[in-house]
Amino acid sequence: MKLCTKLVQWLTLAGLFFAAWTSLIFEILPVQLSHAMYRVVLILPLYLLICFGSYSLATIGYRLTTFNDCEGASDELVAEVKQAREDLTKKGLKF
Amino acid sequence: MSSPTGNKYTVLLPTYQERDNLPLIVWLLVKHLGGCGYNYEIIVIDDNSPDGTLEVAKQLQEIYGEDKIVLRPRKAKLGLGTAYVHGVKHATGNFIILMDADLSHHPKFIPEFIKKQSEGNYDIISGTRYALGGGVYGWDLMRKLISRGANFLAQTLLRPGASDLTGSFRMYRKDVLEELVSRCISKGYVFQMEMIVRARECGYTLGEVPISFVDRLYGESKLGGMEIVSYAKGLLYLFATT
Repeated sequence: MKLCTKLVQWLTLAGLFFAAWTSLIFEILPVQLSHAMYRVVLILPLYLLICFGSYSLATIGYRLTTFNDCEGASDELVAEVKQAREDLTKKGLKF
Repeated sequence: MSSPTGNKYTVLLPTYQERDNLPLIVWLLVKHLGGCGYNYEIIVIDDNSPDGTLEVAKQLQEIYGEDKIVLRPRKAKLGLGTAYVHGVKHATGNFIILMDADLSHHPKFIPEFIKKQSEGNYDIISGTRYALGGGVYGWDLMRKLISRGANFLAQTLLRPGASDLTGSFRMYRKDVLEELVSRCISKGYVFQMEMIVRARECGYTLGEVPISFVDRLYGESKLGGMEIVSYAKGLLYLFATT
């Protein structure tokens, strides 16, 4: 059984981030945040989530619109299939 | 005839109800592999198709010779993974090419696989629809969206180091294929994904060649809710265990 699975890697990273975030928000660490900084840190998880979501949507959208339609490949195949049928019939194949 | 690379290539063609397509794919293989002077054989693994696929395969064997067309039929439909195991057992080549027999994978890419393999001495060459120069014919927007979305999700969760995880047009070193198949437990689309993930675990090297995928010219293509559910399950399984 593998210990360092992808799931464990993700949970570890998320756990570290969450620990750092809660200790800043609930002032567990002796770090004094300015009022402006506190507000930034407070919404940081949500902000990161939105960023990741936007990145995902943009990436998928971009790849969707640039998905290559191989029109030529189909035409070429149809032509080759025709050749193949003629040649195989000549060689005695019964389709 | 001596092969330009000194290697022998075995093409495994698992078939079920491919009576119409089998002669065409074999003809294309002979054209593109024989035409380049490669040493090759085609192993047809028919799972007792009621449409007479095996009978057509026998005719092809008569035309092209028993050294080129090898028939290794099975008694029933037993799945892809076991078809590969069954085929590899009888393969005399040191490289094994896996592809679909339904004409969605064009044999003209195999010489490119071979070239790529010799450039980097790779263990695996994977045909990719998603890299630059690759593509798909015959998919509507919905199908493309599902494909792109599923691929993005898998790339994000698994970071597998290959752009096309569910593709089934690939070339493996014979011993590498045997090792990987013995490690894989998934079926269907997930099987192809698991092969790549296991390959990375084992430290095998992988090269990619862009391919055009022409979705079933004859017969119909299938992507239903069941496929999507089993894909998601398989992805989560690999995410949690590898």
